[in-house]
Amino acid sequence: MAALITQSPILIIAIPLLAAFLTPLVGMASKKARNALVIGSLVFVAFLVFALARDVVINGIHVYTLGAASPAQAIPTGFIVPVRIILEVDGMSAFFGIIWAVVSLAAAIYSLSHIAGESGQNRFYTLLLLMVTGGFGMMFTGDLFNLFVFLEIASISGGALIAYRTRYADTQEGGFKYIVVSAIAGLMVLFATGILYAQYNSLNIAYLAQTIQYTRLDQIALALLLIAFAMKTGMVPLHLWFPDAYSVAPASITGMLVITSHACMYAAFRVCFTLYGRVIDAPVVGWILIVFGLLTMFVGVTMAVYQKDVMRFMSYHAISQLGYMWLGVGVGLAVLGNPALVGVGGWGREAMSGGIFHILNHAMYKPLLFFTGGALFHYTGTRDLTKMGGLAHKMKWTTVLYIIGTLSISGIPPLNGFSSKILIYESVYQFNPIFTIVGIIVSILTLASFTKAFHSAFMGAELPEYRGGREVPKSMIIAMGILAAGIVFITLFPSLIVDSTIHPAADALIDPNPYISAVIGVAP
Amino acid sequence: MENIPLNFPFLAAALLAAISFYIVIFKRNLIKLIMGIAIMASAVNLFLVALGYRAGGNAPIYTDVPEGSMVLPVPQALTLTSIVINVAVLALMLTMVIQIYRHTGSLDSEKSRKLKG
Amino acid sequence: MLSKIVRSVANQLIVFILIFGLYVIAHGHLTPGGGFQGGAVVVSGVVMLMVAFSSKELKKSLRERVLSIMESTGALVFIALAFAGIGTAFFYNLLVGTPIFGHIPPTGSNPGDFWTGGVVPLMNLAVGLKVIAGLSAVVLAMALFSSGEEVDE
Repeated sequence: MAALITQSPILIIAIPLLAAFLTPLVGMASKKARNALVIGSLVFVAFLVFALARDVVINGIHVYTLGAASPAQAIPTGFIVPVRIILEVDGMSAFFGIIWAVVSLAAAIYSLSHIAGESGQNRFYTLLLLMVTGGFGMMFTGDLFNLFVFLEIASISGGALIAYRTRYADTQEGGFKYIVVSAIAGLMVLFATGILYAQYNSLNIAYLAQTIQYTRLDQIALALLLIAFAMKTGMVPLHLWFPDAYSVAPASITGMLVITSHACMYAAFRVCFTLYGRVIDAPVVGWILIVFGLLTMFVGVTMAVYQKDVMRFMSYHAISQLGYMWLGVGVGLAVLGNPALVGVGGWGREAMSGGIFHILNHAMYKPLLFFTGGALFHYTGTRDLTKMGGLAHKMKWTTVLYIIGTLSISGIPPLNGFSSKILIYESVYQFNPIFTIVGIIVSILTLASFTKAFHSAFMGAELPEYRGGREVPKSMIIAMGILAAGIVFITLFPSLIVDSTIHPAADALIDPNPYISAVIGVAP
Repeated sequence: MENIPLNFPFLAAALLAAISFYIVIFKRNLIKLIMGIAIMASAVNLFLVALGYRAGGNAPIYTDVPEGSMVLPVPQALTLTSIVINVAVLALMLTMVIQIYRHTGSLDSEKSRKLKG
Repeated sequence: MLSKIVRSVANQLIVFILIFGLYVIAHGHLTPGGGFQGGAVVVSGVVMLMVAFSSKELKKSLRERVLSIMESTGALVFIALAFAGIGTAFFYNLLVGTPIFGHIPPTGSNPGDFWTGGVVPLMNLAVGLKVIAGLSAVVLAMALFSSGEEVDE
């Protein structure tokens, strides 16, 4: 078991990769075997991720060196800098890994019936497993260039999956926009990596964090990296591609795209807090994140109010919820220089914990809401809310799960959305009260628009064209049930979640020294 | 900025990047947009190879190498990986444009839009 | 389909292009080249055949099922070689010192011994196979799309 935990960072990345390339061969033989292979590999990876996260919280940072004589030795004998490819798992990486494992398992189970009538299903599952590999690679890597490679793997697979249903024209348009934005973001990351390599002759994040100085070229590299990751997460004003891509994809892929944007937020945090952690001009960058976070929250929810397409409506809400996370972490970054505020019990640390907790909650309820939208599409054949009505009579489970998702996203106590929003509201209030007021207004508008959509789709008399159907297939309900079980678990035990996973993640961001010394040795 | 000399490769890379940004933002034909992305990829690859150059260096390969220093090999590895990734991205974009043309009959990004608002 | 002169010249040239591509793949650890580069050279030969004969003719020889199996096999051989060293670490070069590709090269300028490199030349061959299969499928599918045919699955 201990050997399995030592090897687990690379196993978590390599097993979906292996399963991805076994899928076409197995799928040619039998469909049931292929489904079992996909679900089985994702269940095994989820088990490994939970074991690794528990070990990281107890024993500290895990370092894995590829191709070395002993995996935990980052610097080879006789060298003074790390030269091999290194995977480094700290509290923040483990936290995001848990989110990724649970949601990708739910998305795979959902896909079993959602795409059951389409052609080319072997390729769908191969691309889905490649997207899972890309995400895990982005979270566990300790190397800037590996970050670029895995970012591109996840983006290319995601773009191909958005355009999976080739008989519609709007799927191709959404996929095209997604690929263009991802290509430009990837090239900007590569340009910044080139700038940093030219100055410091190393690609390793821990080594760069130790030797970086804040020259003009470093500031250009920081700006390029932040703009590239902000483009990928849908920060206003770079959000115009976001609703197009999210509304046309198959619903399980939309769930995966939500957590891909979280993974790009992880990369932005890694750059701001760890790579530039010792030298960053914290108040300036923090205020930029806060301003754009507020703008994102507000623009997202106001654009969502008058949408008629149910998936497009939910994707605008996804944009506005991402603004909450930028706000929380931005406030934490702005007060980073003040050790009293970011120590244990300070409100800077609580703001960052609120933002990170909101990432966890968003990753539970947002894919759940997108899955219910996909269930509506599966049942009625359309995404237009004006054509739907009275669906609660036949789709009882979907209605209940939609209600759970709505109460969560609006921050109604006691559900999990409330726990993270109250953390953000209380700590941001100490920074500037106006931010809290904007947040509360956005919450109210969210609740209003979701109630309107609920009435339009589920309430009312049963329409004649939908009279004959049954509830959506079992695997879609099971997938939504996994996410709802996650929501209920976080609702019942918020303090347990915050103490065991959120506070270690926030502390890992606030202090970059453990990250650096795990690779370099004792930091000078 | 103080110790970067104004060398031609870096100026060329900056010029190519500027041209590609102009194309991606202002041109409406989808094929021209794809060519803009290809030019941007060439700009970044040129930048990466140029930053590894050392004056008077040989190719970083030990088979029958003449005497003297070598240029840096790591940016060349980064450039190779970038070229492979961009091949995949361009192939995917071209496939989607083929499908868009099949469905809507037009390559103009204003006429073939269906998603608005 | 082009004229008889073009077709017969293409038939002769494909042999040399194939040999050159396989040379670039196999000598990736000694001279510039490797898996992707050699695979791209071979695929340019396939494109030459596709232009000389039409893509409909080529579809009868390069069946989609065979290309898919070749592609998956190449990737699986690569990952299996990476997993083979998992007793020490992932991607550990376990063939150094053994008779298969295991010679240790001398430092400095040397005429280049083919049997060096360990796992690297085998991985080059696996990646070359995958690139040949994958890029041929992409080019064939695009040519068939553009000429209006339906491509199944």
